[in-house]
Amino acid sequence: MNIDEKGFNQDFQFEAPMAPKRTRLQEFWLLFRQNRLAILGLFIFILFFCCAIMGLFITSGPDPLFDPAMIRLQEKLRPPLAKPNLDSLRREEIPCLGFYLMGTDDLGRDVFARMLQGAWVSLTVGFVAVGISVLIGIFMGGVAGYFGQHHIRVDHILMTILLISGAGLVMAHSIRFGAVLLCLTLAYIFYSFFTQNRSGEKSVPSWAKVFRKSAVSVDTLIMRIVDIMLCFPSFFLILTVVALLPASIYNIMIVIGLTSWMGTTRFVRAEFLSLREQDFVAAVKTLGASNFRIIFRHMMPNAIAPVLVSATIGIATAILTEAGLSFLGFGVPPPHATWGNILSDGKNFIFDAPWLTFIPGIAILIVVLSFNLFGEGLRDVLNPKLRERH
Amino acid sequence: MANNNTLISVQDLKVYFRTGHECARAVDGISFEVRKEETVCLVGESGCGKTVSALSILGLIPTPPGEIAGGRILFQGKNLLELDEEDMQKIRGNRIAMVFQEPLTSLNPVFTIEDQIGEAISIHKNVGAKELRDRCIKLLKDVGIPSPVQRLKDYPHQLSGGQRQRVMIAMALACDPDLIIADEPTTALDVTVQAQILRLLKSIQKIRSMSVLYITHDLGVVANIADRVYVMYSGIFTEQGNTAQIFHDARHPYTQGLLASLPSRSKRGKRLYSIPGTVPNPAYKPAGCPFHPRCPHAILTCAKEYPEMCDYGQGHLARCPVLLEGGDGYK
Repeated sequence: MNIDEKGFNQDFQFEAPMAPKRTRLQEFWLLFRQNRLAILGLFIFILFFCCAIMGLFITSGPDPLFDPAMIRLQEKLRPPLAKPNLDSLRREEIPCLGFYLMGTDDLGRDVFARMLQGAWVSLTVGFVAVGISVLIGIFMGGVAGYFGQHHIRVDHILMTILLISGAGLVMAHSIRFGAVLLCLTLAYIFYSFFTQNRSGEKSVPSWAKVFRKSAVSVDTLIMRIVDIMLCFPSFFLILTVVALLPASIYNIMIVIGLTSWMGTTRFVRAEFLSLREQDFVAAVKTLGASNFRIIFRHMMPNAIAPVLVSATIGIATAILTEAGLSFLGFGVPPPHATWGNILSDGKNFIFDAPWLTFIPGIAILIVVLSFNLFGEGLRDVLNPKLRERH
Repeated sequence: MANNNTLISVQDLKVYFRTGHECARAVDGISFEVRKEETVCLVGESGCGKTVSALSILGLIPTPPGEIAGGRILFQGKNLLELDEEDMQKIRGNRIAMVFQEPLTSLNPVFTIEDQIGEAISIHKNVGAKELRDRCIKLLKDVGIPSPVQRLKDYPHQLSGGQRQRVMIAMALACDPDLIIADEPTTALDVTVQAQILRLLKSIQKIRSMSVLYITHDLGVVANIADRVYVMYSGIFTEQGNTAQIFHDARHPYTQGLLASLPSRSKRGKRLYSIPGTVPNPAYKPAGCPFHPRCPHAILTCAKEYPEMCDYGQGHLARCPVLLEGGDGYK
């Protein structure tokens, strides 16, 4: 303690009254909490997440607790909560709960175990596919928004075509011809590197000026690609691609991801177009930040809100798409259960065993609905203009 | 011209903006220099090319519409216009820093103060997390922000305008630059805060022995801080000299008009003078002297001949031959 001669404590300092300090997350949570439906969505989402992760552990491995592939032909089409006939089953065939929580299907497999296994598929498909689409979308949108005014020259386009066709020929075992094209491309790249100088196109002969003409702006190119991608009915595009590729869960994730990035691209581009003109971007530029740093460290966090919202709703769409593909038999190959193929297998017995269709159907409905509610709640919180005034 | 004392010297800089078939000559051949530890003011009304000249020093003119049509910018002997982007990034923020007009929008809303000042340092210098934090605190202290440790975790919207401008100054100071370009840093602030910021800039300049290029339209501010003044009109300098010469012995009719339109105690109750007309469109400048349509002293020659700088001695130059030696400046 530091007491002066008048008896005042010198260490004491007055604290100015301050507004309660909240981080962004706390403020966000305060607003989000008011939306009951969104909270419900979040709750179901977390429940689904836990189920899927738990399901992965108890349905896989050499000796799983719930075996989704265990066939008990004598126990087929048992309704939910039915007790198994203990006499006819071997010891390892008895379900570990002592009854069939969700009944059995036409091969006597435990539907509950299959639903658990399918939950993991839906979860991973949802997240990985949306992850891929968001990454592509952010990249394309960021480039279109930030570098949109830059132009692509004719020679760039020609070289890209050469490169792709060269690679294609090599892949198609016409190695010699493909290699020639690839070498041509490389040679041109080196040539343009060496002739490049800052003052520009002095060293270019006049006939080559055609190749140096700027053809399209980056923005136009990317946004037209987006428009073209949006023209395809994406479900049928996915069907075609999946029919050509070997059926596996990873292919499906990638294909769904590759056909759903357009929305994100448009969002990110629109955000970037307005952010690019903001003063703080100019301020960061004067600090000597590189373009990469400006895009990903300074602009992206400002543009991420709408992306997050569309991603949440995108997860629901991806789950639905995967279920649809599995239902049509193009999805994950049969021994592996997904909600879509449980539904598809069950449709033959819809009058004898309605639970086979209702259980996966309701599960899909609830999960997709919860994602949509959560996404909309998120949008309301992140976009102050849409916030309801009470 | 380029003696050892010169920090940056701009020679005959021309910046044009091409839009469609028009060509706006925003900066049309300006030359100036900033010496070490000196405060130089660029004064002029809106749209006369002040900010464009500042941005072209940093190489931040957007180049599809804009174009540096000529001139040199020598900074410590190097021509900045010849450096490539990578080398320019090493100079921006590190050797030349800039403070912007709008402190409200110049800070990134999603990062804390610590993040942003830290970023300014870590772009150019490789320092550990602990030292980074210490430096941030020191910088905030230097720019006079109370309780800097608590402020570090604040977001820009939690600070007042003056505090935000102080943070911007701290960011500009982060790498101890040789030159600070202040682009109307006090325009968006109220008058008391404005005075504080000016005092702060002055004291920092003295302590750190930096040079300041101060861009403003406010002659009051100029009188307060400048060592030398360049008066800009429509992309060219109309008059240059030290502060006393400009304020007490203005030779160009534009400068005289500007000074006459300042409110002052002796003019109480009278109508303020205003220069008639507006700034010419930079794409369609009048031939001859760009100021002649608004000039009370204009003669016929003014519309034909481009005026040369006339020397009034001791570094005081004005681009008006009419007023030199009783009206026969044109020969």
